[in-house]
Amino acid sequence: MPEFLLLIFSEIYKILFLLVPVLVSVAMIVWLDRRVWAFVQKRRGPNVVGPFGLFQSLADALKYIFKEIIIPASSNKVIFILAPIITMTLALIAWAVIPFSETFVIADINVGILYLFAVSSLGVYGIIMGGWASNSKYPFLGSIRSAAQMVSYEVSIGVIIINVLLCVGSLNLSDIVIAQKDMWFVIPLFPMFIIFFISALAETNRPPFDLPEAEAELVAGYQTEYSGMMYAMFWLGEYANILLMCAMGSILFLGGWLPPFNFFPFNAIPSPIWLIFKILFLFILFSLVKAIVPRYRYDQLMKLGWKIFLPLSLLYVVLTASFLLYFNKLPIN
Amino acid sequence: MIAHAIIFYIFSFVAIVSAVMVIVSRNTVHSVFFLILDFISISCLFIMIGAEFLGMIMLIVYVGAVAILFLFVVMMLNVSQQKNEWFNSSQSSSHIPVGLLVSIIIFFELIIVIGGWKYKSELTDSISLKLPTNITNTQSLGNVIYTDYIHLFQLAGMILLVSMIGAIVLTFRRRSDIKRQSYFKQISREREDGVELKDVDNNKGVKIDV
Repeated sequence: MPEFLLLIFSEIYKILFLLVPVLVSVAMIVWLDRRVWAFVQKRRGPNVVGPFGLFQSLADALKYIFKEIIIPASSNKVIFILAPIITMTLALIAWAVIPFSETFVIADINVGILYLFAVSSLGVYGIIMGGWASNSKYPFLGSIRSAAQMVSYEVSIGVIIINVLLCVGSLNLSDIVIAQKDMWFVIPLFPMFIIFFISALAETNRPPFDLPEAEAELVAGYQTEYSGMMYAMFWLGEYANILLMCAMGSILFLGGWLPPFNFFPFNAIPSPIWLIFKILFLFILFSLVKAIVPRYRYDQLMKLGWKIFLPLSLLYVVLTASFLLYFNKLPIN
Repeated sequence: MIAHAIIFYIFSFVAIVSAVMVIVSRNTVHSVFFLILDFISISCLFIMIGAEFLGMIMLIVYVGAVAILFLFVVMMLNVSQQKNEWFNSSQSSSHIPVGLLVSIIIFFELIIVIGGWKYKSELTDSISLKLPTNITNTQSLGNVIYTDYIHLFQLAGMILLVSMIGAIVLTFRRRSDIKRQSYFKQISREREDGVELKDVDNNKGVKIDV
């Protein structure tokens, strides 16, 4: 039995070794997001708490913890409490399959990319449950909007993933990274990278697609009735999801933990650092988009998803497949 | 092995209890949530027997798409009230024979399947495909679907496509009384189309035709 216990403890240690940094970095990127947003608008952003305002998120978290949690009297209490927990849990369990280096991955499963896709498609339940259980008009409308939006953009993300899989020939995330050793997929599949980036914005309800919480129309969307720590959990889950989408983008298109060039000054830097750099790069793009693009209208959003992105990515699947077949480059093993 | 058994019984217990709760719970939205829990635990069972591709597809298709549509319908239509009224009305008892017939058929099918599996275990060997164990089950599934069963696979896709188009044709109504946005029209608009300079005489005013 001690061997069995040892195994469990080593697994728990590995999980904590991943999750604690993820949670801390979620708090840090909230600060980074606000800071980038402020710089674009020529403001200073949060700069009071700690050096450069670095501890702003910690102060915010402390504030949320000490606030009262208000549960509306007419809400559906069990589902109301479950919703932020589900959002948070789903945002964290997806990190299990992200490869940080050749060896450092908690679960190197065969269907890693499908797992990521499945978990990100389950993320809509936290929102839909929160919106319905609040038993109020604005949260409900917000959650309906958000569910329709996420389901629509998932379709195009799925087709984009098929593009990458055609070039790799495996659903394993480590295999996807290793297949980009010679050339990152962002070069041959550049249009797909752009569409993936925009779909990821829509999938995580980021501006310019933050219609579920468009404050001009819906107060705060599905989060309207939430307060205190439960609101903070929604918030953390949302940012963890954004980080996850950035990680997914860097694994699918930017070569994951691979260095950009395989010679001295680049390959001396350890591979997890490269992945973190790429995630941060994509995240800063996310915040820049938030700062410079105005919000979409809902019908435009749907039109973009179904009438432009879906046909384009399907067309690109046909192109990729024909190219690989014609030049006899299909990865058959 | 014992850990495997414990996990198996946990998932199957959750699956069965949530399947019962789908029928028992009074609130229709709760029913759908239990259905989702059921789907999730069944996909975990799939993963446990090594069919990870099927499990993940189950999660993506059923939980990620189908159940969300269920939820939409149930939440929007307020079915829960209607359901409760229906249970109490006399109309509901007239459907009992049909329900009984269906459940008896399913019961006998289950008996045949489980009995055949238990007492004639070589039966499954003769009708199922021999799968090589050294490749992942995504690959082996692809090897079967896209070679031996390509026509059936295409046919299934065709049926889905036709039903989708049918649903769109039946429900689609193009409204003519609303303003539509045309990007091409917006972009190709020149200054001359939109702006006109007028000399306005004193105390006269301008007549604008819109």
